[in-house]
Amino acid sequence: MAVLDIRQRTGWLFFVVMVAHIILISAQVNTRRGVPLLEAVVFGAFAEVQRATTSVVTGVQDGWNNYFALQQIRRENQQLTREVTEMRVALQQERALANQTRVLQQLLNLRTTLPLSTTAGSVTESTVIGGGPSPAFRTITIDKGSHDGIRQDMAVIAPAGVVGRVVMPSGRAAKVQLLIDSNAAAGAMVERTRAQGVVVGTGTERLLMDYVPSSADLKPGDQVVTSGIDGIYPKGLVIGQIESVLGGTGDSRKIVIKPAVDFSSLEAVLVVLAAPLAAPSDTGPRGAGVQTDAASKRQPQRDAATGTAPEAGESGADDR
Amino acid sequence: MKAAAVLVGIALALALQTTVARFVVGGTTAVDLVLVAVVYVALTTGPVSGMISGSVAGLIQDALSSGEVIGIGGLSKAIVGFLVGVIGQQFIVTATLPRLVMLVAATALHGALFMGLYVALGLRTFSSPWQAIAGQVLGNAIVGIIAFTLIEAMPGVIERRRAGRRVR
Repeated sequence: MAVLDIRQRTGWLFFVVMVAHIILISAQVNTRRGVPLLEAVVFGAFAEVQRATTSVVTGVQDGWNNYFALQQIRRENQQLTREVTEMRVALQQERALANQTRVLQQLLNLRTTLPLSTTAGSVTESTVIGGGPSPAFRTITIDKGSHDGIRQDMAVIAPAGVVGRVVMPSGRAAKVQLLIDSNAAAGAMVERTRAQGVVVGTGTERLLMDYVPSSADLKPGDQVVTSGIDGIYPKGLVIGQIESVLGGTGDSRKIVIKPAVDFSSLEAVLVVLAAPLAAPSDTGPRGAGVQTDAASKRQPQRDAATGTAPEAGESGADDR
Repeated sequence: MKAAAVLVGIALALALQTTVARFVVGGTTAVDLVLVAVVYVALTTGPVSGMISGSVAGLIQDALSSGEVIGIGGLSKAIVGFLVGVIGQQFIVTATLPRLVMLVAATALHGALFMGLYVALGLRTFSSPWQAIAGQVLGNAIVGIIAFTLIEAMPGVIERRRAGRRVR
């Protein structure tokens, strides 16, 4: 009998016969879904083989990509990092350029709308080339001087409003005393009610308007503009807004003003080359387009505002 | 020689099963002569021969039965043949009673496997499986014991007849 040769392997033979029968039965029986059982079993088993194979291949692939191929990734990363750095620098340069353009555009708009003869501090670089050397004196240095027609006590303005006045021009630069300096002052009035007074610097980021009549109608938010009576600042330039109204002594009171100009971020300014020829009235800016020696015709602004005589030793309207 | 005898025996059992057995037991399948033959082969030759003969006989029986799934009968008989052969090698089952027990156990196991596989695969339902198994157990036991006795008595009878002829 042929089976005698495999009688020593009874278990294996039994297993083979069982499997053969099971396969034979499976080939004829359908599952509940109508798929032949053999096909379903083979497919299921092979799917597991495929899953295992795919897992192994994916694992090897991941291992290769995540470890061995990292050298390439590292080079790419370094290259990309360099590119990002360069692009960030370029972006900052573009932003600075855009910001400068915006400021210059504002200055240009102001220059065309303002009926005054002015000069831009610079059309290529920032006008402000330096700040004050001491915190006690709020000054800036601009890159235009007497060679450009700048004279002492000329008004300096920005698109937002009054900046200050020229206190010391040199050949190619000029020192500008900011309006917030504790020694600065300007004739001012409340735009809505025309109540006049004198705006003085406090050395801080706020201005103080003094000598305002107690009877004046004042509200926080009212805009304060130059009155022009100081002979330095043309009439109608914006100084700031009333922040709060303080008590005063006698017939006047004091007002805290928030400046319209952000003095901490000044980049470019305009210098008014013309000055009022005579005492101002409420009819608008005067001296527009007339370039005169403003310093020689200037009247002490505080005296003009208050109607009192200037104190001895005062050399200009802003020197308090 | 032995393999040929096994094949002849299986073929004879199949022939009887498909012809005579149906009429003897009133048209039912209460006796499985093929299973009886497989049990005998397994008891006399061992588990491998029992398994092979059970597998072949069951497959042929499945193939001859219309509507049957080919393999279920073969699987059932292969398992029975293997187990009977293993037991036949471990124990002495030459006496009538042990053989009767073996026939009963083999028939019960075969019925359970055969019907159980059909039910498990959802191919067929059996109204009273335990009764059917009991009937097969009874029929196979009776027929099997008689068949085993006749088969084993046959060589002696033939020898005695030959010796008688020589004496005459």
